[in-house]
Amino acid sequence: MHNVSSEGQNYNLTIVKWFAICAVIYLVVGALVGDFIAWELAFPSLNLNEYLSFGRIRPLHTNAVIFAFGGCTLMATAFYVVQRTCAVPLWSNKLAWFTFWGWNLIIVLAVVSFPLGWTQGKEYAELEWPIDILIAVVWLSYMFNFIMTIANRRSSHIYVANWFFLGMMIMITYLHVVNSLAVPVTMTKSYSIFSGVHDAMIQWWWGHNAVGFFLTAGFLGIMYYFIPKQADLPIYSYRLSVLHFWALMFGYVWLGAHHLQYTALPDWAGSLGAAVSIAMIIPSWGGAINGLMTLSGAWNKLREDYVLRFLIVSLAFYAMSTFEGPVMSLKTVNALSHYTDWTIGHVHSGALGWVAMVSIGAIYHLVTRLWKTEIYSVGLVNGHFWIHTIGTVIYICAMWVSGIMQGLMWRATDDYGNLAYTFAETVVAMHPYYVLRSVGGLLVLLGSLIMLYNIVMTIRTAGQPKVAAARA
Amino acid sequence: MGLKRIIVDYLGRSLDPQKRRERKSFQESLEQNIWGLVVMVAIVVSIGGIVEIVPLFYLDNTVEKLTKEEDGIRPYTALELEGRDVYIREGCYLCHSQMIRPFRDEKERYGHYSLAAESKYDHPFQWGSKRTGPDLARVGGKYSDEWHIQHLRAPRSLVPESVMPNYAFLEKHSIDASLTEKKMRALAAVGVPYSNEDFVGAAAAVQGKTEMDALVAYLQVLGTMVKFEPGKDYRE
Repeated sequence: MHNVSSEGQNYNLTIVKWFAICAVIYLVVGALVGDFIAWELAFPSLNLNEYLSFGRIRPLHTNAVIFAFGGCTLMATAFYVVQRTCAVPLWSNKLAWFTFWGWNLIIVLAVVSFPLGWTQGKEYAELEWPIDILIAVVWLSYMFNFIMTIANRRSSHIYVANWFFLGMMIMITYLHVVNSLAVPVTMTKSYSIFSGVHDAMIQWWWGHNAVGFFLTAGFLGIMYYFIPKQADLPIYSYRLSVLHFWALMFGYVWLGAHHLQYTALPDWAGSLGAAVSIAMIIPSWGGAINGLMTLSGAWNKLREDYVLRFLIVSLAFYAMSTFEGPVMSLKTVNALSHYTDWTIGHVHSGALGWVAMVSIGAIYHLVTRLWKTEIYSVGLVNGHFWIHTIGTVIYICAMWVSGIMQGLMWRATDDYGNLAYTFAETVVAMHPYYVLRSVGGLLVLLGSLIMLYNIVMTIRTAGQPKVAAARA
Repeated sequence: MGLKRIIVDYLGRSLDPQKRRERKSFQESLEQNIWGLVVMVAIVVSIGGIVEIVPLFYLDNTVEKLTKEEDGIRPYTALELEGRDVYIREGCYLCHSQMIRPFRDEKERYGHYSLAAESKYDHPFQWGSKRTGPDLARVGGKYSDEWHIQHLRAPRSLVPESVMPNYAFLEKHSIDASLTEKKMRALAAVGVPYSNEDFVGAAAAVQGKTEMDALVAYLQVLGTMVKFEPGKDYRE
């Protein structure tokens, strides 16, 4: 770690503050929309009108949590980490504010687009072409500012967290530009230039790397700065971070094809995707071990430090879902799991367990540093930790049971070789788990509201004398 | 303890700044040169895509070759195309797949496994990733138009167990006939073989039709364009 003091530096921390606040607000919004659509699946009469129907606002949920919450978290943390580890202020403050307002404008446009049904019809890349162009421009402004800040650095080496942020920025640029290529009809309607099997492969090359780079590499960058900082310990192994960085950059790109096992995608592509998926356990666990072992010999810190708990438990979920993923990419398992709720459960163990928890930990850490204060209520952070963890576990378990049950019911046959269940019968069987999942989601939403309250109160009371709270 | 010791020793040695300074590794030079790092990352993340995606565009067997008798695959008619756009707008693909896998239960439930050729004019593809509702790849011709209309209006009036939203509002929206030709021309620009007659007749074909009519026309054509030869293996 570069031991650079922030004193006397002209760091742009205001931009970090704003992105962090936005991230918390979008977490609440994303969880709210997500939980609403979860209830819609349990009780379809909640599809009140065309603007609130599941098919239109499910993209609102995915885009809100990935790009609004995840994006603002990545922008807050990358801009913070790059300044601190390079010991220089951002290359351009003007450009940083352009990124901030541009990104928020995109989010507002998404909120308008989806209920109105303006969509390109590709998962996690639903926004229409004019917004896609705006995303590319704003994203490049973010990346360029980041790279130029590193180019200006005063430290000799580029810190490992920045490698991961950089890898994420470069790959997302590729993915977004290629996957969004479309021929426009009107301002709100276009057709992908690719079709059928080619479009499917490119979509899942995008889809899995939105996970692999946006939601993994970027958040590993967060892990590499905030865990050692919060624990006040150096990263466990430099060599391991080098190995798993390059392995992750090289390997993740191949995985998309495992979303298309047994489809009309040629078999060689799906098998290649599955083979590399299995190998990806090694770099993924390399990252998880590197983070977890940083606490080696100092595990007692977890007893009191609730922020560290979020960060460390996130890695446990990361390790779990990066084991589950390769298992699900195996053809035999995929034959059962594909098209079922198991996939949804897997995504959420990554999203709620890993991405959200590492972000929440980082944001709590950031808020106390940025506003130079103690957290308003350590008890509420602890409460948030438990409510979020329990909600996540309920969600994942409900989806495991319903997913595996769905897969088994679809393929079950009676003694005469006829299908044992109609599709409608399998839908009924899902109902209790859909309710349970909605309850899990409600707990996560509740936790995010607690966080919002705690952070607002922390900021409002910053600068006021406080009873010395436990170190948080 | 033994293994941990070995790992820590091994990794620890490389951390010794004295030893590392003796000979600068490629990694170390990248860590001191942002532009070198940018270029290396850009190269490394490109390899997977180049090996896995690019060949799909030139390998002949990516899209199956069908005989004349089998191959009835054609671009969507004006009304079907408008219906497909409603399907995309409403996010139907989020709960319904259009990709039947070569399993016995799927054959029983949905029909012959899907071919890549069947979606070659689908911009974007609609294979989906989730079956909250059943697969629709071969739903065409399985139910009457009246059944579909009633089912879309109020799914639970026909399937009490369903969790599908009501789409009664589709009957109130009429198709914007002024856009249909533009849509067909856009698709033609990316390779869908629409003819001049298709363009000329587009507006008239959808004039006065509702979104419900269009969606039902689309659903009724799904999976009906290939005449499968029984027992033939279409995938190598």
